[in-house]
Amino acid sequence: MAYILQTIIDIATGVLEEGLVYAILAFGVYITYKILDFPDLSVDGTFPLGGAVAAVLILKGVNPVLTLLFAFIAGTLAGTLTGIIHVKFKVRDLLSGIIMMTALYSINLRIAGRSNVAIFDKDTIFENAFLKKLVPEAVKPYETLIILLFIALFMKLLLDFYMKTKSGYLLRAVGDNEVLVTSLAKDKGTVKIVGLALANGLVALSGCIYTQKSGFFEISSGTGSIVIGLASVIIGINLFRRKEKVKATTAVIIGTIIYKACVSIAIAIGLSPSDMKLITAVLFLAILILSNDRKRKVNSRA
Amino acid sequence: MLELKDISKYYNPGTINEMCLFHDFNLKVEKGEFLSIVGSNGSGKTSLLNIICGSIPLDRGAIIINDTDITKKPEYKRIRNIGRVFQNPAMGTCPSMTILENLSLADNKGKSFHLGRGTDKKRIDYYRESLKVLGLGLEDKLDITVGSLSGGQRQALALLMTTITPIEFLILDEHTAALDPKTAETIMELTDRIVKEKALTTIMVTHNLRYAIEYGSRLLMFHKGEAVIDKKGKEKEELKIEDILGKFNEISIECGN
Repeated sequence: MAYILQTIIDIATGVLEEGLVYAILAFGVYITYKILDFPDLSVDGTFPLGGAVAAVLILKGVNPVLTLLFAFIAGTLAGTLTGIIHVKFKVRDLLSGIIMMTALYSINLRIAGRSNVAIFDKDTIFENAFLKKLVPEAVKPYETLIILLFIALFMKLLLDFYMKTKSGYLLRAVGDNEVLVTSLAKDKGTVKIVGLALANGLVALSGCIYTQKSGFFEISSGTGSIVIGLASVIIGINLFRRKEKVKATTAVIIGTIIYKACVSIAIAIGLSPSDMKLITAVLFLAILILSNDRKRKVNSRA
Repeated sequence: MLELKDISKYYNPGTINEMCLFHDFNLKVEKGEFLSIVGSNGSGKTSLLNIICGSIPLDRGAIIINDTDITKKPEYKRIRNIGRVFQNPAMGTCPSMTILENLSLADNKGKSFHLGRGTDKKRIDYYRESLKVLGLGLEDKLDITVGSLSGGQRQALALLMTTITPIEFLILDEHTAALDPKTAETIMELTDRIVKEKALTTIMVTHNLRYAIEYGSRLLMFHKGEAVIDKKGKEKEELKIEDILGKFNEISIECGN
């Protein structure tokens, strides 16, 4: 009995941990998909970009906390490029993302040096001398979870705050009605670029945390991240559609955890981890069908 | 003062469908003038507004505002001292944001959109007062998203948002056309009041001949990119619907409407 309980707790902890790591990615996808109405595929490249930056910097002895910042900056640069390709060169949104995603694959390899980089024995934000001294033995199993909870909540509050600033208002306006942004004497293209930069910064941050948590960087870790992000956002937003009191960011976090729980259940009932992408795809399709979110927002402006 | 100098605009140039909309067209709108433009479909009314605002490019000619040539300026820069209200009430507001957030956005036009608080709490009373003037009860609904308002309410809000910051020109693009007659009347009266209060130079495109006669200080009737009627001052004041209806029917029949 105690064994079963322990297993359930372990699985739940794992789900929560994974959910919180990917919640930060989902924040980014929320900005592009829900706010900007821009299906940004560069996410599949910026997630491992954050991981590559983290791995290389940690190997070089950089403070793991600082790598979070560098990963975020790297992500914003990539997002800015996607934005410039779309806005300045007038390439369609989907194609701009694909171009960036493809380019990033090679860029990530360049940064990391090879397709696998292990950082098991290095200090990370989850394992370092400082934490070893600070955290009592009893809390150890939940140390990672607590750290992730802290980071995710911090990012949520930061994002909530940003959405209430003048700049945040403008970002929300550009996805809602870009004509109005022009009427406000602002260049809507610039606002879109800012949004894409911010979103991809968050995605890279998520990738950076993911790599530090798993202890290695892997070039293909980004494949399918856009789907994970979209599924999480759509679950979260639709679940709380009628509850106006629940902030979108909260909904996104819960959506991500639910999504990760679904994947975890699928594996628990006997599907192998190699079926992961298939599970992801099927689950995403099911979510799209159930949530009715698959239609392009044709009449939303009328 | 707004001046259009020898402007030309072609659609589908170089193809068999080439259509010349304006050919060396000239127009001068004096400061403080309230210009109403009527005309048949495809006569170039809305295109003219788009050309002034920079939403569509010009093939030849110059647009001059207060002795400054703005022909090459991008739309978002031109619009700084121009306010525009569209036919579609959804174009002037953000549906997923609240009334308060929409007004805060509009109130910040021309200023920097930085990381400061989006809504200035000290301005809320002023917003409430301004909404009260509309007489639609919106002052009690500040935290409601605009998407849940009716077309008339949205258009009134859009008009308020457009004129909340100091602007010089007001561009009205058939802004009552999508509303029911009663609401259209309310919006039109509101427009007139705001224009007078703020002494705005106004260009209004309308399909409603009565509005064009009743409101404004100058009337233009457009046909094939030319002004076939241009009355101002005393002549405009004495103008009656019957006077322009004949001409209007004539050009409409010619267009096959």
